[in-house]
Amino acid sequence: MRRLFERFAIALLMVGILAAGTLTARAAAYEDALPKFTLDSFSDTADAVDAIAGSGSPHAAALLQALKDQRLLFSATDKKVLIKTADGKLTDAATGQPFTAAPPADLDNVRLNNRLRNLIDAALGALTLMAPDAGKRYDAAQSVFKSRDASAASALDKAIAAEKDAGVKKVMQEARAALTLADESASPADKVAAITIIRDRGDQDAMALLQSLPADSPKEVLAAAGDAKAKIERNLALWSTVQNFWYGLSLGSVLLLAAIGLAITFGVMGVINMAHGEMVMLGAYTTFVVQEIIRTRYPGLFDYSLAIALPLAFLFSAIVGIIIERSVIRFLYGRPLETLLATWGISLVLQQAVRAAFGPTNKEVGNPSWMSGAFDLGGILITYNRLWIIVFTAIVFVALLAMLRFTRLGLEMRAVTQNRAMAAAVGIRTARIDALTFGLGSGIAGIAGVALSQIDNVSPNLGQGYIIDSFMVVVFGGVGNLWGTLVGAMTLGIANKFLEPFAGAVLGKIAILVFIILFIQKRPRGMFALKGRAIEA
Amino acid sequence: MKSHPLIRMLDRGSTLFLVLLAAFAIAIPVLNLMVPAGSALHVSTYLVALLGKYVCYGLLALSIDLIWGYVGILSLGHGAFFALGGYAMGMYLMRQIGSRGVYANPILPDFMVFLNWKELPFFWYGFNHFAYAALMILLVPGLLAFVFGWFAFRSRVTGVYLSIITQAMTYALLLGFFRNNFGFGGNNGLTDFKDILGFNVQAETTRNALLVISCLALGVCFLICRAIVTSKFGKVLVAIRDAEARTRFMGYRVESYKLFVFTVSACMAGVAGALYVPQVGIINPSEFAPGNSIEAVIWVAVGGRGTLIGAVLGAFVVNYTKTFFTTGLLAPYWLFVLGGLFIGTTLFLPRGIVGTWAHWRAGVKEKSEAARSAAAEDGMLPTAGSPSTQPSAAE
Repeated sequence: MRRLFERFAIALLMVGILAAGTLTARAAAYEDALPKFTLDSFSDTADAVDAIAGSGSPHAAALLQALKDQRLLFSATDKKVLIKTADGKLTDAATGQPFTAAPPADLDNVRLNNRLRNLIDAALGALTLMAPDAGKRYDAAQSVFKSRDASAASALDKAIAAEKDAGVKKVMQEARAALTLADESASPADKVAAITIIRDRGDQDAMALLQSLPADSPKEVLAAAGDAKAKIERNLALWSTVQNFWYGLSLGSVLLLAAIGLAITFGVMGVINMAHGEMVMLGAYTTFVVQEIIRTRYPGLFDYSLAIALPLAFLFSAIVGIIIERSVIRFLYGRPLETLLATWGISLVLQQAVRAAFGPTNKEVGNPSWMSGAFDLGGILITYNRLWIIVFTAIVFVALLAMLRFTRLGLEMRAVTQNRAMAAAVGIRTARIDALTFGLGSGIAGIAGVALSQIDNVSPNLGQGYIIDSFMVVVFGGVGNLWGTLVGAMTLGIANKFLEPFAGAVLGKIAILVFIILFIQKRPRGMFALKGRAIEA
Repeated sequence: MKSHPLIRMLDRGSTLFLVLLAAFAIAIPVLNLMVPAGSALHVSTYLVALLGKYVCYGLLALSIDLIWGYVGILSLGHGAFFALGGYAMGMYLMRQIGSRGVYANPILPDFMVFLNWKELPFFWYGFNHFAYAALMILLVPGLLAFVFGWFAFRSRVTGVYLSIITQAMTYALLLGFFRNNFGFGGNNGLTDFKDILGFNVQAETTRNALLVISCLALGVCFLICRAIVTSKFGKVLVAIRDAEARTRFMGYRVESYKLFVFTVSACMAGVAGALYVPQVGIINPSEFAPGNSIEAVIWVAVGGRGTLIGAVLGAFVVNYTKTFFTTGLLAPYWLFVLGGLFIGTTLFLPRGIVGTWAHWRAGVKEKSEAARSAAAEDGMLPTAGSPSTQPSAAE
């Protein structure tokens, strides 16, 4: 009995010693490895990297990163290893504490060769697979997927087992599957299972991975890969369609923003305003000025710059528009071709005035933080600025529609559009409506300029680039009908983006122009023409 | 009152115009070649080339006035016909370079050698013959205008819609000609010309000859335009301009009339472009730019639409102003002036220079006639302010 107890105590003691031993052994592995860096030989450095990667020490990642960046210094005489931080200070690699003593005289970089660099990358990859930050783990798994570095396999297995985040775990499994495919010793059944995982990933990288499969692989593996490739191809084709659609939607909303003001003025007044593009340009320059003021005076408000610029751009362009209407256009009613020429002259003057005031070069308009960046949605990359412009266009469109439908001004505008003489007869002051309509159309062009400043170059020629496209939208969609403008803009935008991949950007555009020229023959008043006698006037 | 068509065609203004044009065509070469360089009357070769360019612009303006002034078709794409004629001439001139190009290829123009092309594209065949090129100068713009007009007029596209699709047409051509694989030299266009019909294009005598030929072409086209607008056919055109629907209801085939005049006008613009290219020595896609076509329209507006003479005058006046402004310190202000011209002409001078002059003359004449008849009736001296403000449209 006593012996039994003694044995038990010894066993306990042993366990305690063992436990303490592993702990000290771990820390010891890290510290033992350090002097190997001071030997200045590649094979010793490689051993040290392996040992440190497996040591689990909290300093390991920092040390390997420093080694990779050539910031790891050693002194052969003092047997000391130091890390130079990014700001040039020295820390002791063994403790992570700042190194305050005078630096040894023979301090030198730990040299690297390509084999070592790969080793460090893999070791770092394995270390970051266990990093506390999910984003870092995700990136690490992606990099393993791309590098297909077999040495990461065991680290990956451990990481998969420990992973809690489903998205990251999926990527890790995909990376593991990529490793299985690259592994010659893996069984065919494992490889087929891996192919299934890769197939579900379904992007270009997966396709490349499957294509790199050696031709002498077992038959069932090749068959599975063939199926998977076909499926991925279908998947990619689907995503590219979705992507074209998205780009088309984005281009369409830009066109809609540029054209919608034109559609209103043309619809109500029968006036093609050639200076419309310049109203867009003025809006963009308003944004520029607002941002300049914010940058120099109130840098904290930068994220709100667009919100501040919007009403200002609307007001500024609207006032310029009303001035143009009152001073030039109202004298030319009933002479649409002369109006066209006069407004062209106005556009030249405005362009040159802006050129004189701001110079002919592009001005930089910054993206606020909430408009920069992008995210993945399935197989496509969605940038925030495009997304916001689509949302913004939708808001403007709905607001305008509501204004036309529910306000007194909207009612009067519709009346004048449908029958000017009759509207005047029932007491609508058509001249006032004309001026307000022109101001409204110009103001909307101004806020379109705020949006376009985010995706295009702000230069005096900004408006010129949009004017012909805007005309096309208005003519194609039909006059006096906002829905026509919407459908016209979206159709043209999407058609343009779908033609681009196989016709090229320029030929695609030419094809669209030719199409519109032919379309006008069939429906001279656009898709959604107003019916009635007024139109023949 | 029936008069011989020739007399109707050559009224006082037209005769004066033709005489002045002939005098111009004789005087400039004489002053350039005969008068010694030191003399105050000497016209420099630079000026000869510049004036030759203006004459071509005058012809382009004339072609626009024919359709805008008399049929009411505002084409914002006439620069396209001008440029197409220019390209046809440019292709001929390119083929004439032969092995004197940088790459010394006897068949292929330099830009094709540069693009590694092995053989001439089919649409370049035949351009080594002047007669074929001359045919193409008329045919290519004419055919494009015919097809375009056939579609547009048949489906009754009018007014600003027509203006916009003509603009789209020239814009599409602009985009196309900018591309290298279109086969017309891409961005750089066609240039480095050496000979035309065996004469050096840079030589003084050739420049003078080109000026004279341009004047001749302008004179002939002017006569053709006069013949069209003074005939019965021309009266129908004016009817279409003023009341298209009514003319149609009276049984005229409006679209055929329009199509004919549009095509003739495009051919004239093509000739203008063809004469323009050897004088400026380059043709590139920027000639297709929509802005150029609109600028040509303002020449007509400044001179007076529907007067033919006014179009030519307007082209000279506006382009002289442009040269004056863009060659000096005033260059930044040229666009203000041009923009101001667009606005000012449409607001304050809707009849243009010639139109306003004719209107004023007609007013004065009527006034003095009224005064004379009043004096004859009453046996009194004419008094100022006799009511004769009824404006008679200038023919």
